[in-house]
Amino acid sequence: MDLNATLIVQSITFLIFVLLMWRIAWPPIIAAMQARQARIADGLAAADRSAAALADATAKSEQAVSAARVQAQDILAAANKQAQQLIEQAKNTAQQEAARIVAKAQDDVAREVGHAREELRKQVGELAVVGAAKILKREIDAKAHADVLNDLAARI
Amino acid sequence: MAAEEGTHDSGSYVVHHLTNLKLDLQTMTLNEHATGFWVLNIDSVVFSVVLGALFLFLFLRVAARANSGVPTGVENFVEMCVEFVSNQVKEVFPGAGSLVAPLGITVFIWVLLMNIMDIFPVDWFPYIGEHVFGLSHLRVVPSTDVNITFGMSISIFVLMYIFSFVYKGPIGLGKEFLTHPFYIHAHGPAALVNIPLMAVNVVLRLVEDLAKPVSLALRLFGNLFAGELIFVLIAVFSSNAFNHGVAGFIGFGLFGGLIQFLWAAFHLLVIPLQAFVFMVLTIVYLASAAQSHGEDH
Repeated sequence: MDLNATLIVQSITFLIFVLLMWRIAWPPIIAAMQARQARIADGLAAADRSAAALADATAKSEQAVSAARVQAQDILAAANKQAQQLIEQAKNTAQQEAARIVAKAQDDVAREVGHAREELRKQVGELAVVGAAKILKREIDAKAHADVLNDLAARI
Repeated sequence: MAAEEGTHDSGSYVVHHLTNLKLDLQTMTLNEHATGFWVLNIDSVVFSVVLGALFLFLFLRVAARANSGVPTGVENFVEMCVEFVSNQVKEVFPGAGSLVAPLGITVFIWVLLMNIMDIFPVDWFPYIGEHVFGLSHLRVVPSTDVNITFGMSISIFVLMYIFSFVYKGPIGLGKEFLTHPFYIHAHGPAALVNIPLMAVNVVLRLVEDLAKPVSLALRLFGNLFAGELIFVLIAVFSSNAFNHGVAGFIGFGLFGGLIQFLWAAFHLLVIPLQAFVFMVLTIVYLASAAQSHGEDH
């Protein structure tokens, strides 16, 4: 337990170790730790920013979706209205066309009837002449009796 | 455990375990009876330097590979130690320069490693030393050598004065030496009372300052020396197992093994605690050396 030169050797060794630790080992370790701390802080800040950006984007997309939904409703309503109008228009056109066709048909019918009646009248006149001629058993001069026959035909 | 010492009596066994392997620097021969200052405790120096170099190598390796990426196993351990000591320094000595934390970690890990040598059974290394290397004595726990603990505490004492000079300047330090703790604020002839008080102040300051390295060194030495001594005594007790037949073998062996285990378990608490206390007190002493005492006179 007596003090001896070991004391001096230990003191010198101690100071050398402290010096090496202080000058060589310590700075890179501390620098690396601080750099890592900064990186982690940056990473956490970036994560926060990303989360905020995500929330922002979600809100924006929801807004866009709801706006699109409103727009779609508008477009749908407009389209319905237009379709209704088109149907209405087509109906009107069809009705007009139908009326025109009917009118034309009636016209045609009337004309045909008139025509047929004229024809019939003529044929009846001729038939009457033929009949009368047969009844009278004599020839009737068609030319001579044209006035009579026409009068007869007009009366039928 | 102590079978190879069976021919010696207990007293010489204990003394043998507490004797360093000494190198007489005047004759450059190994001599366990060497006395005087120019003697080197080879075993203490070698184990101390090897343990210190071990941890320094570890730190230098980590420092060389240090990067801000994901730390691996050893890096994690080293950085944990660095963080731990840095926090202690921040708490105890705010405004410390860059030297205090590396000094603290050197003290802490080196003392811890030296103390851990105490856990090895007391006869392992001396047996290897004697039978493989032919060494007559071998003490493997450097912190049970008062030279080692004083070597560190005296270095710290010198650093304390360097800190005082750097932080306060020679005038500030001189003023503190002369006027602390006793000083009378007075004008005229009454101020002369301060002259005898200065002498008292200097004496008090010297005692206060010298007590620091002495208590620092003796605390560590005392704790570890006592622990080592008890390990040796337990070994002596257990060695009775070979002298009292089968019953003695079982009885002494089991009981000796049990108390050996219990004391080692208890010592596992003492080892880091003493290293921690040594480090914290080093930081505290350096802090008090750098900061001025109380009010400014």
